[in-house]
Amino acid sequence: MSTLLEVDDLRVNFPTRTGLVQAVRGVSFSLGRERLGIVGESGSGKSQTGRAIMGLTPPQAEVKAKKLAFDGIDLLAAPARQRRALRGKRIAMILQDPKYSLDPVMSIGRQIVETLRTHEKVGKAEARDRALAMLEAVQIRDPARVFDLHPHEVSGGMGQRAMIAMMLIAGPEMMIADEPTSALDVTVQLDVLGILDKLVSERGMGLIFISHDLRLVSSFCDRVIVMYAGKVVEQLKASELRDAQHPYTRGLLNCMPRIGFERHPLPVLDRKPEWAA
Amino acid sequence: MNAALSIDGLEVVFDRFRALKGVSLEVKSGDSFGLVGESGSGKSTLLKAIAGLVPAASGSIAVNGKTLGTRRDKAFYREVQMVFQDPYGSLHPRQTVDRLLQEPLAIHGFADGEKRIQRALDEVGLGTGFRFRYAHQLSGGQRQRVAIARALILEPSILLLDEPTSALDASVQAEVLNLLEEIRRRRKLTFLMVSHDLAIVTHMCERLMVMQNGEAVENLTASQLIGHRVTKDYTRNLLRASEGFVRTA
Repeated sequence: MSTLLEVDDLRVNFPTRTGLVQAVRGVSFSLGRERLGIVGESGSGKSQTGRAIMGLTPPQAEVKAKKLAFDGIDLLAAPARQRRALRGKRIAMILQDPKYSLDPVMSIGRQIVETLRTHEKVGKAEARDRALAMLEAVQIRDPARVFDLHPHEVSGGMGQRAMIAMMLIAGPEMMIADEPTSALDVTVQLDVLGILDKLVSERGMGLIFISHDLRLVSSFCDRVIVMYAGKVVEQLKASELRDAQHPYTRGLLNCMPRIGFERHPLPVLDRKPEWAA
Repeated sequence: MNAALSIDGLEVVFDRFRALKGVSLEVKSGDSFGLVGESGSGKSTLLKAIAGLVPAASGSIAVNGKTLGTRRDKAFYREVQMVFQDPYGSLHPRQTVDRLLQEPLAIHGFADGEKRIQRALDEVGLGTGFRFRYAHQLSGGQRQRVAIARALILEPSILLLDEPTSALDASVQAEVLNLLEEIRRRRKLTFLMVSHDLAIVTHMCERLMVMQNGEAVENLTASQLIGHRVTKDYTRNLLRASEGFVRTA
């Protein structure tokens, strides 16, 4: 399996008035053409890891790594211009809530066309055709109608599909999905995941799936990284989640109520200071 | 046992949109009842209509056998309190926990505020150390505990819970769910709980109602749901969806 992304000892620090906040503290992993899940609770540094790879860390923060390379390109040494060219073209990102991540004053079709024409030299008519085809690929029934709608006129699930269409139109090799379905209803969630799954495997993309939901991630991904307090506490195959060793992973799996498994009271996580050490 | 809450043919209309289309429901005293459904199903609207936060177009709501009018009186709020979904939005950012908890006591003219505040904080596991902090100095779980303390301080008999843990991390969710269960047992409270998560509802409630598009789809007991003994396709879909992603191919 060829390696698409290599991350070695990634650190993201935020200088604040009260001192340095270390959001990510030495995360290492590599990604091939596979589905990798990054799981953690709020504040674990999972989103900042994704953003650092994407190059979307706020300017006041410092990003350091022994190695952060996408397809051999050293991302930390790359000039801003080169990173802009990568973003959207070869590395794409889907965010949590389409209500906020889509431009509210631009029609969905125009946004998709804009993405395409930023990265490729295509004529207006061809761009429109490709955008329509992409909308169809994400299983939007009436692409021509949705093309002219604005984000507020569509449902959350439809908006997230449009977002996926927009991210995939330039044919990226790697996709970072940060909680792509958390804002959606459960049944819609599965539709969107199904579409994402199909497109990612058809196109042989690498996917980083960031989520707080350990169970969802393990049903969707090949491999799972569990983060706690800015560090990776455990890396394992999704199929071997039941044999997780780290008490945090086990605690996280255990504390969720499950249909048909009555436990009163629910087991709670007993956080140990050494997990964060 | 008599009904703590009985609702008959409740309709809520926003302009021309019928958010609730004649929903009926009965919750026995001491029971925990769950409302499940996707966004837009009307489950939160039902809760708000009971609390008097949205006007009912028609139908009736009775609490402990007493039918409610269009305006809720003070006695109603002493019986029925609500905990909202987002602890980041439901606590006043410029009031200390102490001030937040004093508000309902002042409104209802309780004299033994000091004792009640201490008791309420102890009961939700915060202790008096948190009394003079602001909401922004607390974590999400601690904030939701403050919101629960505020609801409990008037010693209501019915708690309306609108997705009380969906804004919290899984591990914190477990703590808050345990707290709610313990309080219900100790105070013999009646719960009406809204959630989109079937697992949480089956964990917390003995009976539940599945809602869709402002209508009741079906009424179930938790054990019927666990045993997949459901009659409607919609409920079956929800059940399947809650089991996670299954790759087809």
